[in-house]
Amino acid sequence: MAMGFRGSVKGKHQRLILIVVAMVALIGAVLLAMSALKDEAAYFYTPSDAKAKGVEPGRSIRLGGMVVKGSLKREADGVSIRFDVSDGKAVVPATFSGIAPDLFREGSGVVAEGAFDTRGVFVASNLLAKHDERYMPRELEGMSYNETTHQIENGAQ
Amino acid sequence: MIAETGLAALWLAAALAALQLIAAWAGVAKGEDSLTKLVRPVAVAQGLLVALAFVMLVLLFLRSDMSVALVAQNSHSMKPWLYKFAGTWGNHEGSMLLWVMVMGLAGSGIALFERALARDTHIATLGAQALISLGFYAFLLFASNPFARLDPAAADGQGLNPLLQDPGLAFHPPTLYLGYVGLSVAFSFAVGALVTRQVDAAFARAMRPWVLGAWVLLTLGITAGSYWAYYELGWGGWWFWDPVENASLMPWLAATALLHSVSVLATRDGLRAWTVMLAVVAFSMSMVGTFLVRSGILTSVHAFAVDPRRGTFILVLLALYIGGALALFAVRVGAVREGSRFELVSREAMLVINNLLLTVILGLVLIGTLYPLLTEAMGTKVSVGPPYFNSVAGPLALGLMVVLAAGPVTRWRRDTLRAVVARMAVPLLVGSVALALLVVLAAGRIGILPLLGLVAAALVGVASLAPLWGRNLRRTPLFTYGMVLAHLGCAVSIAGMASESAFSTEKLVAARPGETIETAGWSILFKSVTPVAGPNWTAMEGRFAVSHDGGAAKELRPQARFFSEPPTNTTESALLTRWNGQLYVVLGDSLDDGRWQLRIWWKPFVTLIWGGGGMIGLGGVLAILGRVGRGWLRRRRGRNAEAFA
Repeated sequence: MAMGFRGSVKGKHQRLILIVVAMVALIGAVLLAMSALKDEAAYFYTPSDAKAKGVEPGRSIRLGGMVVKGSLKREADGVSIRFDVSDGKAVVPATFSGIAPDLFREGSGVVAEGAFDTRGVFVASNLLAKHDERYMPRELEGMSYNETTHQIENGAQ
Repeated sequence: MIAETGLAALWLAAALAALQLIAAWAGVAKGEDSLTKLVRPVAVAQGLLVALAFVMLVLLFLRSDMSVALVAQNSHSMKPWLYKFAGTWGNHEGSMLLWVMVMGLAGSGIALFERALARDTHIATLGAQALISLGFYAFLLFASNPFARLDPAAADGQGLNPLLQDPGLAFHPPTLYLGYVGLSVAFSFAVGALVTRQVDAAFARAMRPWVLGAWVLLTLGITAGSYWAYYELGWGGWWFWDPVENASLMPWLAATALLHSVSVLATRDGLRAWTVMLAVVAFSMSMVGTFLVRSGILTSVHAFAVDPRRGTFILVLLALYIGGALALFAVRVGAVREGSRFELVSREAMLVINNLLLTVILGLVLIGTLYPLLTEAMGTKVSVGPPYFNSVAGPLALGLMVVLAAGPVTRWRRDTLRAVVARMAVPLLVGSVALALLVVLAAGRIGILPLLGLVAAALVGVASLAPLWGRNLRRTPLFTYGMVLAHLGCAVSIAGMASESAFSTEKLVAARPGETIETAGWSILFKSVTPVAGPNWTAMEGRFAVSHDGGAAKELRPQARFFSEPPTNTTESALLTRWNGQLYVVLGDSLDDGRWQLRIWWKPFVTLIWGGGGMIGLGGVLAILGRVGRGWLRRRRGRNAEAFA
């Protein structure tokens, strides 16, 4: 059925056929994973990536960086916020509606899931700043906020 | 004294495991009969000793003995006793001790109750079990001693992660661990059968209850974990494709495949080599899961301890066991004779497709989980998120549902496509009607995956009952009911997932006490916010009176909790369950002008997700009872027949 022919599978070949089918399935899986991961690899952006490569509006990505001090503002509706995300080289304005995680604050790292709107503002549908004090989104390791210079330092590059 | 007793018991248990391994090896390889007789009593004693060590650790936690480092780091004298108790395994060392204890007790169980297996295979299985246990004993004794003393003793403990202080989570990790260990037993059976070259139907029948048991526990553990994440994290989601969730999903996928292939081997004596291979894969996945969670390689709420030494230790164990098993497999697979053949349209072929799809999904989840770690090692940081997992696993899962619908009505060995389609007529009709209705009523408003999910749920829901049609229901064996219930549970769960993602409504507002919020037919009166205190936390508690379509009002009390030991905020959502869904209310931050952020969801039929999971687990329990009961009856009849002869 799976191979499109009917009738008996002859003699010694059954085991061989099963092995071939299994190999084809696994190779197919790896190819599928590769192609899906290629899209995924282009899923995470820092603000400078976003500025340099350009992301078309509406495409869902993850934007990661630090929340710039003094940029966090609350809208009149009480549930929307505006803030700037920076990686030390570029700054992207962002908005979010919802209950921000406890550890989301100015000067802390954030990974925002969402898409750019046509004016270049990042509309986040989800903010990841996990509950653990020690948590740092993987992509942000090495980025830190220098309290004295008020600069975001990117140790990773 | 308690700590020293525990440590001594642990050392003794390790020594017995070594003896068990040597005696089993001498018995099987050298035919030393006197040593063979030792294996079973030693396995029982080893199980009892490691259980004693575990009980000692539980006592230390219950008494808050702060002179023991592990207790001081993970407990606190102010904690409620349930969390002191559960705190025993809410940490690295304790959870590893729990692991070996379950493994030791499983070994005792095999030694005492296993009757169907050939004697040499039985002894070789216990030897393999001892070998696996030894690795974990070494890990505990040399790299993570749970009984290490702290000098001087701490004044008080540092507390348990508040997120874990929840009744659901207290019993979630042990359930998963029991499942992992069950797979290690299946692995030991496979190694035992390879050693004695007896991969046959009797071996499959001996292994099947353990596979079923492991699978039931993994199913229930994942279901409970998903519900915990849903109400405790306050994000309204029930599956995040978090690496820790994947770590439990991967063994489950492998166990599901193994469960189906083992039934081919037990019933039709087919798929011999493949079943052994799957047993190796399933155990590998539980080791990979342990490695991911316990090594701290993933930074998330579950992976508390960041200690590369331990990670390396588990990785070396993983490599040794899996490498050894694969080498044994490669050497012995030639000796495994090919089992019975089957036609291309047959129950066996359907189960092969089931196995392939499950294995492919497993491979894709594994790649997606490990890919960020691999790329990081090469210098780029990438995260793989839900878009990847949903897009690769979703369509394959739907394909799996089609096979699930057709498989049980296909005959063993030989069938025709036309006959299968004829038996599927009613389910196909119901599926088509569901498709037509959804396209007409909801096209464009819901995504393609949820739409197909609802159609698949309708198809499978009806098809899963097909094995009962036209049968004498009182003479139908219990394990057939188990299969039907588990398959129906899949349909129910998928209906819940699809309905939740297609029809949920969300309302996000900032409101003052006294205001009423209307959403999805609900009227939600925000009455007040009151400070409250628990045994080891304080909270702001919102009081809400909610009513549906003018019905009687019920009270909901979501909280924003603050724990001082260690300092952490958590969100306690409030849920109102109706027959057709759940209302989910979260209290957010307070604003300067006296308003509070509120997040409210109405999630139609969301409870079916976990209800279906429970049905799948219960189906597995029925199958175990049916199988074990039948084996017991058969042996009893055999004995009576002998007595009369």
